[in-house]
Amino acid sequence: MTFLYAAYAATWTIHIVYLFTLARRYSRLKKEVDELSKKI
Amino acid sequence: MKRAFPILGLLTAGLLSYALYQALVVAPTEQTMGDVQRIFYYHVPSAWTAFLLFFLNFLASIQYLVRRDPKSDKVANWVVIALGVLTCAAPYVFRGLLPPGVYPSSVVTTGIAFVGLYFLIHKLFSEQQTDMLALTTAEVGVVFCTVVLVTGPLWARPVWGIWWTWDVRLTSTLVLWLIYVSYLVLRRFSSSGQTPVLAAALAVFGALDVPLVYFSIWFFRTQHPQPVIGGGGSIDPRMLRVLLINWLAFLCFAFLVCWSRYRLERTKREVEETQALEALLEPRSAVR
Amino acid sequence: MSAPSGITWVTLTKDVRLEWRSKDAINSMLFFALLVVVVFSFSFDPEAEESRQIAGGLVWVAFLFASVVALNQTWARELRNQVLDAYRVSPAPANSLFLAKALGNFIFVGVLEALMTPLFIVFYKLRVLGPAWQLIPVGVLGTWAIVVNGTFFAAMSLRTRSREIMLPLLLFPITIPALLSMVEATTTILVGDPSTSAKFWIVLLATYDVVFTTGCLALFETVLHAE
Repeated sequence: MTFLYAAYAATWTIHIVYLFTLARRYSRLKKEVDELSKKI
Repeated sequence: MKRAFPILGLLTAGLLSYALYQALVVAPTEQTMGDVQRIFYYHVPSAWTAFLLFFLNFLASIQYLVRRDPKSDKVANWVVIALGVLTCAAPYVFRGLLPPGVYPSSVVTTGIAFVGLYFLIHKLFSEQQTDMLALTTAEVGVVFCTVVLVTGPLWARPVWGIWWTWDVRLTSTLVLWLIYVSYLVLRRFSSSGQTPVLAAALAVFGALDVPLVYFSIWFFRTQHPQPVIGGGGSIDPRMLRVLLINWLAFLCFAFLVCWSRYRLERTKREVEETQALEALLEPRSAVR
Repeated sequence: MSAPSGITWVTLTKDVRLEWRSKDAINSMLFFALLVVVVFSFSFDPEAEESRQIAGGLVWVAFLFASVVALNQTWARELRNQVLDAYRVSPAPANSLFLAKALGNFIFVGVLEALMTPLFIVFYKLRVLGPAWQLIPVGVLGTWAIVVNGTFFAAMSLRTRSREIMLPLLLFPITIPALLSMVEATTTILVGDPSTSAKFWIVLLATYDVVFTTGCLALFETVLHAE
């Protein structure tokens, strides 16, 4: 049933999107850490 | 500690795959609804996980407010123990007053979980860390709650022909989602000095609201009956097993996501502190 | 006990007097509520019998939106003249200030409701078929539910960005059980079906009021001093 696959796909899409935003925030943060460690 | 994360990640991925296999292949096909019913194995564990995360947010928020003063901290500890004892005793003392769908065993479990988790958080997290825990659990909780609200209609449509119904559980979940989204908006929009305290106050209000939300919608529905999504009644033990496997898998997944989010938050605050310190120590950049 | 209630009384009378002279909040609230009534009357046929079913919801939505207007300016005056900072420093209990503000808002919204109700009755040709006296506890408890949480969240939104948006954003989800109770109680009383009773809703409203008034009083000091 298409609805079944849609539901499972939607679940993982939502989780993956969230993890992706976490990863992006993390890389941005890492850039700031590198900048700071250069100054110190 | 850092080495553990990838290993746990792989284990969780394995568990999730096994759970998916169980849900799609092993679980028996439901008589009336057919294969669509298998959405249940993702919908229900996500709901339980979201509720657990919001519950943790409530405990962390109380702790943040209470631990700022050592006296109120001690008082709160005793209040928590007292409430736990009362909760465990309540279903036996007030036997007739249990609302439908609520079993004594689940009330007792909630009481024990309440006390146990409260003191576990107290032990493991410092005052500032409880605030980070609150933020983490709220965010991840909203993600899981979103999954519930998306999979619900996708299940309802083929089975009952409607995308949405204002039944107790769906509506309560929607209101819960709204409350915690407003919590996250408050956290984003308030200036950093007072955010933790305000957010904690809002979280406590939201948690106090939850039983009222449930009761009000429940009574509304007894006045205006409509189809109940997910239905009550007993569940086939084979289905229960698959459900629990999926729940375990999602709990592990939620744990890892929370851990990542928590680490991100901790790093972010350390960076902000260092930046603030650096701005203080840099006389050249202060002169504009 | 006289000192805190004295502060409450003084602050309350000051706010009421200021409002009486300027009529800022009352005028904006009245106009807003009137607009809502008129716009809704285009969506539903006000003459039909069914209007009795929707009227409860309409009335409370209009009052809720109008209340937000009043709530948003609750603390604005204090913020402008640094009264809030003075209050933080003084030994006066924060709860007296909160109660004064909440009661002030209660009076303003109450006046609004008193003025708007005849208008609603006229525009929608409402006749109360059930026990009309029950509308009084519904009105009092319902208005207090909106106002007590609204005043608290208004204080919380004070130093946030987009303050005017933050208040309804925080208030509406939390107020949903109270709103449901108010609307259902009003509709039950208006429709007057003898098999239904508004009693459950009134009790739920009272519970909501007790729980959240306690919560607000317990946490207001914390919120006031959060800096």
